[in-house]
Amino acid sequence: MSPRRASAGGLIDRGRSIGFTFDGRDYTGHPGDTLASALLANGVRLVGRSFKYHRPRGIFAAGADEPNALVTVLKDRVREPNIPATQIELHEGLAAESQNRFPTLDVDIGALGQLAGPLLAAGFYYKTFMGPVIGPLRGTRFWMLCERFIRHAAGLGRAGYAPDPARYEKMNAFCDVLVVGAGPAGLTAAEAAAKAGRRVILIEQEPRTGGSANWSGETISGKPARDWATALSERLAARGNLRLLTRTTAWGYYDGNTVAALERVSDHLPGAAEGVPRHRHWSIHAGKVVLASGALECPIVFPGNDRPGVMLAGAVRRYIGEYGVLPGEKLAVFTNNDSAYHAAAALKKAGGAVIAIIDVRPEIPSAARALAEEAGVAPLLGHAVVGTAGKRLSKISVQRFDAATGRLSGDVRPIDVDCLTVSGGWSPAIHLASQAGGDPVWDEARLAFLPPAPRQDWLGAGAFTGAATTAEALTSGRDAGLKAVGKRPSRAKPPTVKAPAIDPHPAPVFEIKAKGKAFVDLQHDVTAEDVRLAHREGFVSVEHLKRYTTLGMATDQGKTSNVPGLAIMAEARGLPIGEVGTTRFRPPFSPVSIGALAGERHGHFKPDRLTPMHDWHVENGARMMEVGLWHRPMIYGEPGETIEQAYVREAAAVRRSVGIVDVSTLGKIAVKGPDAAEFLDRVYTNTFSTLPGGKARYGLMLREDGIAFDDGTTWRLGEHDFLMTTTTANAGRVMQHLEYFLDIVWPDLKIHLTSVTDQWAGAAVAGPNARKVLEGCVTGTAVDTEALPFMGIVHGDIDGVPVVICRLSFSGELAYEVYCGAGYGRHVWETLWQAGVPYGIVPYGMEALGTLRIEKGHVAGAEIDGRTTARDLYLDWVLSKKKPFIGSALMDREGLIDRNRLRLVGLLSLDGQPLDSGAHIVESGGLETPGRSIGHVTAACYSPALSKYIGLALVKGGKTRHGTRAFVSDPLRKRFGPVEIASHHFFDPEGRRLHG
Amino acid sequence: MLIPCPHCGTREMSEFSYQGDATRTRPDPASADMKAWYDYLYNRPNPAGPHREYWQHTGGCRTHLLLTRDTITHEILSVAFARAGLNAAGGRP
Repeated sequence: MSPRRASAGGLIDRGRSIGFTFDGRDYTGHPGDTLASALLANGVRLVGRSFKYHRPRGIFAAGADEPNALVTVLKDRVREPNIPATQIELHEGLAAESQNRFPTLDVDIGALGQLAGPLLAAGFYYKTFMGPVIGPLRGTRFWMLCERFIRHAAGLGRAGYAPDPARYEKMNAFCDVLVVGAGPAGLTAAEAAAKAGRRVILIEQEPRTGGSANWSGETISGKPARDWATALSERLAARGNLRLLTRTTAWGYYDGNTVAALERVSDHLPGAAEGVPRHRHWSIHAGKVVLASGALECPIVFPGNDRPGVMLAGAVRRYIGEYGVLPGEKLAVFTNNDSAYHAAAALKKAGGAVIAIIDVRPEIPSAARALAEEAGVAPLLGHAVVGTAGKRLSKISVQRFDAATGRLSGDVRPIDVDCLTVSGGWSPAIHLASQAGGDPVWDEARLAFLPPAPRQDWLGAGAFTGAATTAEALTSGRDAGLKAVGKRPSRAKPPTVKAPAIDPHPAPVFEIKAKGKAFVDLQHDVTAEDVRLAHREGFVSVEHLKRYTTLGMATDQGKTSNVPGLAIMAEARGLPIGEVGTTRFRPPFSPVSIGALAGERHGHFKPDRLTPMHDWHVENGARMMEVGLWHRPMIYGEPGETIEQAYVREAAAVRRSVGIVDVSTLGKIAVKGPDAAEFLDRVYTNTFSTLPGGKARYGLMLREDGIAFDDGTTWRLGEHDFLMTTTTANAGRVMQHLEYFLDIVWPDLKIHLTSVTDQWAGAAVAGPNARKVLEGCVTGTAVDTEALPFMGIVHGDIDGVPVVICRLSFSGELAYEVYCGAGYGRHVWETLWQAGVPYGIVPYGMEALGTLRIEKGHVAGAEIDGRTTARDLYLDWVLSKKKPFIGSALMDREGLIDRNRLRLVGLLSLDGQPLDSGAHIVESGGLETPGRSIGHVTAACYSPALSKYIGLALVKGGKTRHGTRAFVSDPLRKRFGPVEIASHHFFDPEGRRLHG
Repeated sequence: MLIPCPHCGTREMSEFSYQGDATRTRPDPASADMKAWYDYLYNRPNPAGPHREYWQHTGGCRTHLLLTRDTITHEILSVAFARAGLNAAGGRP
């Protein structure tokens, strides 16, 4: 006794066979099968073990609502776990394995855990690991002891370690009308909107359009429903203004009528051409959305309702109608509503023996009775299933049942069956509507949550709205499509549907209370008793219930468990279900591959910024480092050199003769207009209106709260024309800061800001011989002290390229910054380089640049860290007292001028060992037991000028500690050593060299 | 969330940067009224409902926009350039 392929029927291609493996065994199926239908066709009923209790589980549903049959798909070395077998299209070479079993699916040690069942009830973790259990066995330590075993025993599939070689891509799409679901309602909605000439996107999560038409056995307009659906789909797909996406799941509804969807492009095409993505992620921006997402069937909760062979009635209809699979030989139906009678009739027609129809209702309508007759069995009215038996279902037991009181009576009768199909009524798939906002509305007659009133621009159609028949679906679909394009509902007659007129109202029976585990959430192993336990322990709100029991939190998002779980809680609380309410549905509706969310982007998601001289650096042995988005030379290493040897050589060469460094990355902002000087006076702490043309000045900006923000030099190129430079890291933020003030605070100022960072290439030439280098290549201007004094600016040419030269210094040496158009960057750099060769010019990188600035005590990002004030950095001299500026009102608040603030000092290592930035400074203690921190190291290097390891630090009290001793403490790097706190102006404090 | 930029058209939120509450006013720069400065800098209402706020179209025209946005539904009730002069000139400075 087992499921098998029916002799006829289904939309599969029986002429072709496809080989696949499950748990290493070979099977065959047909094109058009899912893994689930093919397994059933091969007689496989046991496909997995449950999450918590390792109970045997089989295929329960036929679509995205499948809670049980999760498998791992194997593709070369890549493992993709937790995929419902109902959503895997069969293809040649498909290899899948079952999950959560050891050593095999059939013989599973973990199932012994069932014996400990009562211990694993809801709240197990809280109770066991947070409260006292047995003496010392509790709390975090106990958890750490048990964690490995629990994680091994509980759970879903195991992820692999191999990198995923598949391609993923992303699409943005726009349309007037997006129709979600291509069943009868969705198809007619899309047709109405498309015929009105609008741009329509129609998406369907299944490989086939048609929805219920594929298996209902009904006729539409005199044709078999599936032929009607196929013909209409083909007509729609051929239209120029409609895009039909199958295998595409709308999984999230976001603001602005944006719907996220996942298209499974080539999972079913094992030999897809190179470049075809595996999944494609769609962000669809829709004018109107028509939700025609159908309905999901609810189970009835009864003891043993999880046994392989227990299936949803609608799913069974689909297996017969769409896949030609008979899910058993001896079948029973258990229901609280009419729809399951369709399944009974279909089972009989496909060649199965319907042994019993068990209906909780004392009476049934004549249409249902007629279907029962077709099935060849007299329904057992006023009865319920109270138990099941067999690792694979072999027996059910039934008992007389009173639907009004929920009471069981009379003898328990066993019935031999191998498949039990269950229906507890239908719930609209309102997930997307709920995500879009609003509370779902409980309908007491249909016993289902209906969609909320729209908070976004959507319309509903078909079973999504609670419609029970195909005729209603066709009418509501067409009207929704017309309404979406601003038209009135049509008076024309919709296509006629031939189907039995059944009653859509189920009896209010959600659970049969009898002895044994009755599961509400099959995937997370939450039982009806767990829900009542949560109630007894006070977790009565739906939000608490969900978190305490994990009801509905599995990968299926509780598609089958939501309504029964809420009904059981409502009963326990003595409230109507509508008052208990439901939790808000959250994206995703179905699991989404991470690859699709990432799309084409791998590694880091930022652009790489390269300076115009980048290739030169690389060709000349630079080791590059990332500074923000920029790639900059760290050192230009010579063979056999360490990093320290390289930067020390470079820095020493600058002090001895001359060096050249790429400064193109500095932020550059053109500030132009009649109010430019006034603007700069307001944003800088010092004054720029007094700066003469052709001169540059150092400037400091504060934030509004008085904390130091950024520094740099600004050059006055003309009366109304300034070039501002910022630090590399802050270029974007400074631009935004300035734009904010210009747009919002001072809209009356007549200036314009342009970011010109990328337009200029810059090189700094520094060292005692810097002027000689310039003299060797600059034409059109003199560069002597008279023509180009400190902070002076001249315009000239270098080998025919116009350049702007400013004499300013970060290194403390005689130095010039030379700027030219970015396209000439490399040429100018190489010309400067050639001119420097007679003086032994060296290129230097970030490490040497840092060393030179530490020796001089210049601050940089490590000191302007968003916490320090100008006074902390001893930059008081740039704080103008003559004018307000951004930050001036708040910079002298009590806490910001406290004596004990961390202030800038220099450090000298006294033990000849390196200092490390990040290390703390303490006054006492040792490596293992450092004293309290009085500050920290911000930057450190070996100083060739001082022949010592030195650093900059922020230390409590700052200057007052000059000449005192302390220790650096860096327990993580095992460093503890004596230092002297000194002035941060280590080298040439008078600045003589600068003016050389 | 989509923001209708009066210069560039309707664009995805990720092109914009939130630039804060538009209901605050900056005290006179020379003011020493600490309470006014604290209100300007730190004290923010957190309304559930319509809220006036600045958004900069950093990935587009870079102008600052003044939006009235419902913080519950993310519905944008009004949008204009923050610089009043730009509105009158139809976006041309």
